[in-house]
Amino acid sequence: MSKHPHLHDHEVILEVKNLRVAYGKVEALHDVDLTIRRGEIVTVIGPNGAGKTTLLASLMGLLPATGEIVYMGHAQGREREVETLVRQGMTLVPEKRELFAEMSVEDNLLLGAFDRYRSGHRDQMETMDEVFELFPRLEERRAQLAGTLSGGERQMLAMGRALMAKPKLLMLDEPSLGLAPLIIKEIFRIIAELKQTGVAILLVEQNARAALQIADYGYVLETGEVSLSGPSAELAADPRVIEAYLGLGHKTR
Amino acid sequence: MDLQILLLLGQDGITNGAIYALLALALVLVFAVTRVIFIPQGEFVAYGALTLAALQAGKVPGTIWLLVALGATIAVLDGFRLLREKRYAKLPPLLIFNVGLPLLAAAGLFALPAGDLPLWLQVTITMLVVVPLGPMIYRLAFQPLASAPVLVLLIVSVAVHVAMIGLGLLFFGAEGSRTPPFTEISFELAGAPLQGQTVLVVVASAALIIGLYFFFERTIYGKALRATAMNRTGARLMGIPPALAGKLCLTLAAAIGVFSGILIAPITTIYYDSGFLIGLKGFVGAIIGGLASYPVAALGAILVGLLESFSSFYASAFKEVIVFTLIIPVLLWRSLTSRHVEEEEE
Ligand SMILES: Nc1ncnc2c1ncn2[C@@H]1O[C@H](COP(=O)(O)OP(=O)(O)O)[C@@H](O)[C@H]1O
Ligand SMILES: [Mg+2]
Repeated sequence: MSKHPHLHDHEVILEVKNLRVAYGKVEALHDVDLTIRRGEIVTVIGPNGAGKTTLLASLMGLLPATGEIVYMGHAQGREREVETLVRQGMTLVPEKRELFAEMSVEDNLLLGAFDRYRSGHRDQMETMDEVFELFPRLEERRAQLAGTLSGGERQMLAMGRALMAKPKLLMLDEPSLGLAPLIIKEIFRIIAELKQTGVAILLVEQNARAALQIADYGYVLETGEVSLSGPSAELAADPRVIEAYLGLGHKTR
Repeated sequence: MDLQILLLLGQDGITNGAIYALLALALVLVFAVTRVIFIPQGEFVAYGALTLAALQAGKVPGTIWLLVALGATIAVLDGFRLLREKRYAKLPPLLIFNVGLPLLAAAGLFALPAGDLPLWLQVTITMLVVVPLGPMIYRLAFQPLASAPVLVLLIVSVAVHVAMIGLGLLFFGAEGSRTPPFTEISFELAGAPLQGQTVLVVVASAALIIGLYFFFERTIYGKALRATAMNRTGARLMGIPPALAGKLCLTLAAAIGVFSGILIAPITTIYYDSGFLIGLKGFVGAIIGGLASYPVAALGAILVGLLESFSSFYASAFKEVIVFTLIIPVLLWRSLTSRHVEEEEE
């Protein structure tokens, strides 16, 4: 349980307690607790190798985990399958983006709505228009192959593809990774904008400054453990965070 | 050699090449999506041809029992899992598809005078009986090993192939069968006869290839299969289950195999073990395409067909040798020019 109250009392989307994940015998996450509410941006910051990607992969069902995971009011069993979680509105934009390189932008987006199509929804064209409104750059390149996009456009496509599933919980793994400052700014502006749609966002970042600026609440993950947590404004003012993540030596790339 | 012989041999080569092309496409598809080198591809050709022949002879084809047995096994396996997970709503469809429909089909085969039915109905029944074996085999043999290395999948694939050959002997006996041609029409082309059946094979293969092209380019399920082949993790994150992709893919592969078998049944005598050599020639085509490129695989397969037909004229004893020797220069050229196809990292 986190010590700090969240900023508002919207419905809890995801509640995690005592989450442990191990690669073989080596434990990568120890007793992580985390709460995300509807319409909230929660960020997890921390250095390389802290276990941020591991956290998202285990939440998405890609890695086995122990501990308590309650998603949308349902306690999760041990056998969590990616496909079931996607059906329940959880999506992950992975660190490596995992785009379909030899397919067009449009087809990548369309496949983002695959599960909705499979469960009988036929509104993918409207959803795609909404995505294009958010990322006009993607509309200009709709026929281009995903593999030929620039780094920023790839990140936009990965996010757009995730939004095609109309997620309730959107998890972003280092969206700023390897991008130029101007593009980072644009991506973060869009993430902040997404908040208005009511989707809960779990934002994992090494770029602590940018992440804390748009997030409501933050966790600091270090060597597999949550070392600090609190409302972002408080975290940003915490001397330990300033020292380790925001100080002069840590310019936003 | 005169023009007439050239045309005859070319005709033969292209007919067989068209079939090999279909099989090569199926092999590339299965490998790309599931990483299984699908050795039993040829068995579906033989099962298709022999099931049709059995129906036309008024017999109940043995393949129906395989359908019933595999269906029952799946129903038991998945049924227990559903009960354990308390997902009762999924039980009725599971039982209907894996037990109900196969039994219904078996009863239908006993009740109907299959030998007197029109050809198109016999063909439909053959497809309905043999094609579902594809996804069922995926469910039982490959789905539990979905993340196993390619070599393990290959070993299982060989095991399935051996089992299917054995069952083929049991179902159809050791004698070969040849079904009557679909059409007796014959044309003349520059003095050489052109069989209607030959034209039919080429046209039907081309139509199937075009159909597959539309499936993969235009439908969301086709795109989902391509996506799985390109990026498994990405596809899973979109909610495309690997098991669904695998079953869909083996359904297509089985359908292609059975369809090919039905097409060539009137041209060559098919024995219970004929599928292997036919599939292997498709495999040579697929290798020419590097198990990755559909158009190159199809062209390679047609080349195999032509090579086979011309070598059977000049050196008939060495026909198979010549065809399979083709694989050596191709592999050499591939290993010298192309990147190594690496085992996927997980
Ligand atoms: N597939 C893996 N096998 C073994 N150890 C891994 C694997 N992936 C990550 N790790 C280890 O788990 C720890 C956390 O990694 P990761 O979650 O990728 O960190 P982050 O995303 O915060 O950079 C690291 O020590 C890393 O070496
Ligand atoms: Mg990471």
